[in-house]
Amino acid sequence: MKPLVLPSYLEQEPAVKSRFDALKQRDVILDVKSLGKTFPAKKGTVTALKDINFVTHRREFVCVIGPSGCGKSTLIRILAGLESASSGEVLLDGKPVSGPGPDRGMVFQGYTLFPWLTVKKNVMFGLLNQGASVVSAESEAMQWIDLVGLERFADNYPDQLSGGMKQRVAIARALAAKPRILLMDEPFGALDAQTRAKMQAYLLEIWRNIDITILFITHDLDEAIYLADRILVLKANPGEVHELIEVPVPRPRSPEQFITPEFLATRKRLDDLIHPPSTESEDDKLNMIRFTQAGDDIEPAE
Amino acid sequence: MNTNKPSRKWLEPRVELPTGQYRLITLASFILPILVWCLVSYVPFIWHPNVQVTSPGDVAYFKEGMLLKREVFANELEKMTATSKTPPEGIPANPIYLPAPDEVVRALYTSFTTEPQRRSEQWLHESLWHSITVVFTAFFLSSLIGVPLGIICGTYAAASRLTEPFVEFFRYLPAPAFGALAVAILGIHDGPKIAIIFIGTFFQQVLIISNTTRKLDLSLLEAALTLGAKRLQLLFKVVIPGVLPELYRDQRILLGWAWTYLIVAELIGTSSGITWFITQQARYKNFDNVFAAIFIIGLIGLLSDIILARLGKRLFPWDKSGNKA
Ligand SMILES: Nc1ncnc2c1ncn2[C@@H]1O[C@H](COP(=O)(O)OP(=O)(O)OP(=O)(O)O)[C@@H](O)[C@H]1O
Ligand SMILES: [Mg+2]
Repeated sequence: MKPLVLPSYLEQEPAVKSRFDALKQRDVILDVKSLGKTFPAKKGTVTALKDINFVTHRREFVCVIGPSGCGKSTLIRILAGLESASSGEVLLDGKPVSGPGPDRGMVFQGYTLFPWLTVKKNVMFGLLNQGASVVSAESEAMQWIDLVGLERFADNYPDQLSGGMKQRVAIARALAAKPRILLMDEPFGALDAQTRAKMQAYLLEIWRNIDITILFITHDLDEAIYLADRILVLKANPGEVHELIEVPVPRPRSPEQFITPEFLATRKRLDDLIHPPSTESEDDKLNMIRFTQAGDDIEPAE
Repeated sequence: MNTNKPSRKWLEPRVELPTGQYRLITLASFILPILVWCLVSYVPFIWHPNVQVTSPGDVAYFKEGMLLKREVFANELEKMTATSKTPPEGIPANPIYLPAPDEVVRALYTSFTTEPQRRSEQWLHESLWHSITVVFTAFFLSSLIGVPLGIICGTYAAASRLTEPFVEFFRYLPAPAFGALAVAILGIHDGPKIAIIFIGTFFQQVLIISNTTRKLDLSLLEAALTLGAKRLQLLFKVVIPGVLPELYRDQRILLGWAWTYLIVAELIGTSSGITWFITQQARYKNFDNVFAAIFIIGLIGLLSDIILARLGKRLFPWDKSGNKA
């Protein structure tokens, strides 16, 4: 088998390069400064995050990937204010954040829609908290529901919706509160491949049309490349920034780009970062016993 | 799995029954015990440990209508036939404390249609109404404090620590033990009865409701926080609506418990209500009336629970586990 000859993931077309240049000129929305987090454990403490530094610019799409347990959820929960940092700080529009607030919207993997509220009332929740009148909240909520294409289901309860539909409601609900940044923790992780592909396209479309910055956690490398401007790659034990990759795939994105050289080059790089061959330990090897008869295999035995 | 044989389906865990079978089996759960009762009452060779004398013959102390042990009757019968006197006649009968279904039904009917024999006695429905008032007053008072307190304990750790250890201790004290104390404080009428039911319900209620509240998915609160909800908004717009269907189910169960405390409570001070009716009737050996009264209590409990279940379905249309009757 001949390996493909791929360009370097660092090579950028002029259009891509000028896009990144323009992006870097924009205001910094989120500024994470030497963020660290330790949890108390049975003996001493575990360091979940160590010295995390990065910024996101206005209307940027940043994905975070990393091996399981590297602290992605911990990071996003600290940014949302649901967890406190052990060290370092988080600035939103230059102001330090403490505690959760509607300026940072959150979409969880488990939907977390309020089951006792209809789709419309779920979306109205954040608006009413901010003191909107019921009438204006209702008409605004309907606009967001339209945006995610669920106007027919506005009066349904969440239990009557499919997973993809629920997650669209969750996105509409988060956006309706007009956050500066949308934090998403593996939002499509529980969806089947087809629905997930559709949701990715939806999300890009929504992101293009409104003034929102997105920080998106995923463990799906293709998803990260397809969606992101930049990808923050974390490594585990302790969770540290491995690399912050600028995705060289031009926009607008489409699923056809999954097999372009720059896409594959980025993918190769992510693969190497996340599953470096050297980390394969003895524990990962299967201890295989043969249960088939000798000579029964189609391929000749080794 | 698609098995057509119903018997197979009944053995499959958590498979819903088809509507027809569902109804049929529900009906059977009432029909079967009644059937057993009918068999024991009407089939002479099942049980019937006594004999009712229909004609005393020459036995001196026998009287018509007398209930005797079967052996005693057989003994006398043997004596009479041996001495060729007129033998007594009798039919197999059950003890007086097991009236037949038709007797109970008749007693039920009469107790609602005929005036009580004694002046001092109450109509059955009057005693019943009195009991219902006592139970519901006690349950209402208990819920008035117990439900909010339970929700607060389930929401705020400090409230929980302050309240629950003491409540946990108190709920092991048997409610009826407070009878004498309640009478001393509240007099001999309904006060102490309400107090006993209250004590029996309240402490369990606080713990059950607080546990139910704690079961609310924490991520719903987190979602609300990221949507800008603050302190009391979290309580009133997330915690309370989130636990309401489950809380309603708890209340249905707790109401049942309140009823079980009724009988003890009504014996305290001047005995009253349905308990007074039952003890009076038992004293006169009117066991058909006793059974009638017991059935009515059961029926009221069952009916009110069915009504509450229906109401629950209306009130909480989103609740998928549902308020089952
Ligand atoms: N509340 C907690 N108490 C103690 N340790 C915790 C807590 N939350 C997370 N951890 C630890 O911190 C580390 C990071 O967890 P985290 O959930 O952030 O990982 P993750 O990258 O989101 O993993 P996954 O990809 O599986 O979702 C893990 O080792 C986990 O055991
Ligand atoms: Mg996670």
